[in-house]
Amino acid sequence: MEENLLKTCLYDKHTALGAQMSPFGGFMMPIQYTNITDEHNAVRHRAGMFDVSHMGEIFVSGPDAEKFVNHIFSNNISGIPDGKILYGMMLYPNGTVVDDLLVYKEFEPDKYLLVVNASNIAKDYEWICAQREGFDVEVVNASDSWGEIALQGPEAEKFAVETLGLVPAAGLGFYTYYEAQWKGARMVVSRTGYTGEDGFEIYCTHEAINEIWDILLQAGVTPCGLGCRDTLRFEAGLPLYGHELSDEITPLEAGLGMFAKIKEKDFIGRDALVAQKEAGLVRKIVGIELQDKAIPRAGYPVEVNGEQVGIVTTGYRSISTDRSVCVAMVDKAYTELGTAVEIRIRKKVFPGIVTKKRFYETNYKK
Amino acid sequence: MSKTLEGLYYSESHEWVKVEGNVAIIGITDFAQHAMGDLSYVDMPEVDDELEKGEEFGAVESVKAASDLYSPVSGTVIEINEELEDAPELLNQDAFANWIIKVEMSDPSELEALMDAAAYESMCANE
Repeated sequence: MEENLLKTCLYDKHTALGAQMSPFGGFMMPIQYTNITDEHNAVRHRAGMFDVSHMGEIFVSGPDAEKFVNHIFSNNISGIPDGKILYGMMLYPNGTVVDDLLVYKEFEPDKYLLVVNASNIAKDYEWICAQREGFDVEVVNASDSWGEIALQGPEAEKFAVETLGLVPAAGLGFYTYYEAQWKGARMVVSRTGYTGEDGFEIYCTHEAINEIWDILLQAGVTPCGLGCRDTLRFEAGLPLYGHELSDEITPLEAGLGMFAKIKEKDFIGRDALVAQKEAGLVRKIVGIELQDKAIPRAGYPVEVNGEQVGIVTTGYRSISTDRSVCVAMVDKAYTELGTAVEIRIRKKVFPGIVTKKRFYETNYKK
Repeated sequence: MSKTLEGLYYSESHEWVKVEGNVAIIGITDFAQHAMGDLSYVDMPEVDDELEKGEEFGAVESVKAASDLYSPVSGTVIEINEELEDAPELLNQDAFANWIIKVEMSDPSELEALMDAAAYESMCANE
């Protein structure tokens, strides 16, 4: 099992720092360096950095690139300016999710970068290639040659500009990027992230990513593992594929309909979403807050009067709000804000209230 | 390096038992608290709950995971450590000084199936 796991280009840095390593998405990844709470708070209050080199980079180019990406992607990329980034999903014809991803419009005509989840790289690449018929496009999976660091937190801009010398980063709007160079290597710097804080994602060669990691570490940026990446994204209401999104869940059920432009264009899965919308949803992802300190976790049943009406997809004792909260897929009848539900935690049931699925006020820079 | 205490009984699921008369005082080991990391919640049974040996009686939870607790003996819960409700971190500070529940044993001979400190240490060394 373990010998099949991949290592990111920063693997040796993690072990040198004494990180607790664990398999994730086919890679051996750092879960924590010190502890999840401290790393979480570093991102909320100062700056933290994550090795996200396990993420996949797939390039789509060619005369039909825009038409093709719009065909496979739920968000609408028609005419977006160079340097713009859109979040969305690739869907199966039945409307469930192949993967959620970012699409970067490159500073060249007819060229896009698709950043996908580590666990789905092979599946996504295969899926994209299988949809290519009739489109004049080239699809390249460059995941193995790119490393990536996410620099996140209210002081991320300061470290990007002052420590790394990425001066134009300060001028980036949310969900845009610019092309930089690191000792001659192509570097992508985007104002994106997965924490609910301001920050940047930096893509470059393995060698450059190692240098950047060392410089940021030296400057006092807290190395952060996947443990707090999950607590941070969860508090900010951001979905994780395999939990709030999957090949059994549609974007409408996940409450992400705003990223599926069914009124603006056609794309794979659109008809299924239109039909689902017309028929009305039968279930939906909601937030639930418990009064008790007990911690709701993925897989625990949501109940009303002893009947199961849903299932928890992610839950924590929220570090930033000190509340026991979760997101759950719940039958539509129980999704109104304020609805009383119960969560079964081991042998007991705990009362909860349906809330919004964002538990923490995000601090993005516009 | 986690510590063990002589004179206690140990279970394979990392509970310790201190015996006072017919009462089993039960907690989690230093090895267990160390493996879990910072604890944020301790789920405990109610007083008067009947437990079978090996039965789940609660859990200790860190940020990232819940770890079930299993009763090393059969009997009746006579006391729970209410201090842990507001201060689960006490288990991280000293796992042996902070018990979780006290059980009036129905069959003290069950203790014989548990490990002593040396056997428990060697089990942990192999984990």
